[in-house]
Amino acid sequence: MNKFTLATLTLALSMGTTLATFPAFADTASKKIALSNNYAGNSWRQAMLTSWDKVTGAAVSSGVVAAADTFTTAENQATEQAAQIQNLILQGYDAIVINAASPTALNGAVKEACDAGIVVVSFDGIVTEPCAYRIAVDFAGMGKSQLDYLSEKIPDGGNLLELRGLAGVFVDDEISAGIHAGVAENPQFKIVGSVHGDWAQDVAQKAVAGILPSLPEIAAVVTQGGDGYGSAQAFAAAGRDVPLIIMGNRHDELLWWKEQKDATGYETMSVSIAPGVSTLAFWVAQQILDGATVPQDLTVPFLKITQDTLEESLETTQAGGVANVEYTLDDAKATIKSSM
Amino acid sequence: MTSDRLRQLLPAFSLAVLLISVFYIQPRTMSYLGLNLLFNLAVPIALATIAQMLIIAVNDLDLSMGAFVSFVACVAATYLRDTPLLGVLILAGAIGVYALVGILIYVRNLPAIVVTLGMSFVWGGLAVLILPSPGGAAPDWARWLMKTKPPGIPMAIVASILIAGIAHFLVMRSSFGVVIRGVGGNERSVERAGWSILWVRAAAYASAGFFAVLAGILLVGLTTAADANIALRYTLLSIAGVILGGGEFTGGRVSPIGAVIGALTLTLAGSFLSFLRISSDWQIGAQGAILIIVLALRVLLNRSKQGAGD
Repeated sequence: MNKFTLATLTLALSMGTTLATFPAFADTASKKIALSNNYAGNSWRQAMLTSWDKVTGAAVSSGVVAAADTFTTAENQATEQAAQIQNLILQGYDAIVINAASPTALNGAVKEACDAGIVVVSFDGIVTEPCAYRIAVDFAGMGKSQLDYLSEKIPDGGNLLELRGLAGVFVDDEISAGIHAGVAENPQFKIVGSVHGDWAQDVAQKAVAGILPSLPEIAAVVTQGGDGYGSAQAFAAAGRDVPLIIMGNRHDELLWWKEQKDATGYETMSVSIAPGVSTLAFWVAQQILDGATVPQDLTVPFLKITQDTLEESLETTQAGGVANVEYTLDDAKATIKSSM
Repeated sequence: MTSDRLRQLLPAFSLAVLLISVFYIQPRTMSYLGLNLLFNLAVPIALATIAQMLIIAVNDLDLSMGAFVSFVACVAATYLRDTPLLGVLILAGAIGVYALVGILIYVRNLPAIVVTLGMSFVWGGLAVLILPSPGGAAPDWARWLMKTKPPGIPMAIVASILIAGIAHFLVMRSSFGVVIRGVGGNERSVERAGWSILWVRAAAYASAGFFAVLAGILLVGLTTAADANIALRYTLLSIAGVILGGGEFTGGRVSPIGAVIGALTLTLAGSFLSFLRISSDWQIGAQGAILIIVLALRVLLNRSKQGAGD
């Protein structure tokens, strides 16, 4: 019996690889995938979970996989998530998709899962354990892309105000490192001030309002997302000209941008990670269970909104939410291919 | 008399009920691997709970436990691995600081909650200095210790029994333990008996520091790498573990075996709720409910004891 299933499996696998366009779903129909999530307390994470439910719900009802359940820890703590992952091993899942509380503190639990023959795919908050797959975001590239845009938009350069995220979180370090690398490449720009906006509009507004009186004329504000609207409010409240502020795909930011664009022809760009990256992780896990060869490290593209795509993005973004894309199986295959 | 015995058995009884429920919901846990996965993360929590218990035994409360264990984890994943001698020196120094904190609290008559809360920021800051971004690697021997597979009984169970046994001997059977509990119960009578309260308190804090150091090292042995925020939950978990295990906040009334059982119960309660598929929004509440049920049972037993005794 076992030998027989193994034989059919290998057969189906070889068919799947030879006929790349033919969806070889039969192999994963009985597989169960779990999402282990460390935090659900902001709009980005809510959108991430909604995307997961939407895409995996369709996948389960069409028989691609048997189950795709979500588990979120009650407190954003690594030890709690490690226990959760060990519970998922005991619950018999075939693959665990993880958004991790810590890149290292879950490694022991992840290794236990790998040893039990479970496929582990981490995304956004990735884990460093070598046996896991990583869908990493190029945060440094995201920071640098802001300077690429600015050097085209304002060739003469000028003073920059940098908004940073939550201190001590590696995402903040990465984006900031990318921004500083971009400044080093474009010496006509100079960062004259830097404040922590904690990726929250109200915090950003207070922080910018605090530093603004001490700053010379600002040509542009480089940001990390979730802080652009608050910065704009601070500039307006201080009675200063609102400079070019890079936005972060949040609905309030896009709405403000649209209003300014209609009123004064304001131009900027917006960049962030689509919360739907969770669905990419799902399809990658499904592909690995299906027997596809997947490199351990994949890179997810970031979602950029330009002057031309603003209206379209604004329309599809929910009030209070973040601009989003949900990934398909073909997107996952393309991502895997480009990372090979 | 019988209610007193019942009260001592309550923690073990709660653990047994939870364990049977977990076995029933998820039969896969009823195996060598299953038990180990259920309880291995409880081992460092049990050690931290014993550490907290030693502080509670002298009527104080340590709010820096989580930050301190995180700090130790960072030292273990860096210095203790790369330069073992320096690592041991740092950890010995940290235990010394714990003793000093105990002395400071006693000499200046400061509230322990305030001092240890302050210390939690010191330990947290040092942890970030040592390991600015998550990483490092566990010493091989710590990794081996937590991965070892003794025949018959999983490592997590062996370790829990060992910890409970050693702590029981130290706190309930040795003269050192009697004096520490005496300080919690009646400081002046211990003083009249010729003991230096200063040194007893320093020793209680130092031994708490020692158990917390073990907790940090074994935690890194489990996770393989450290993070400056890795054990922040341990502060509240350790306090809850002591109380769940039959300890009292005052009077030197503590139970080491109960404390280890309390730590195991808390860990198991999380798995139980997860297996029940209770939504995370309700999990904190449900965990609280389990705590309240156990404590309510204890209050009931206390009442009946008072009624019968007087």
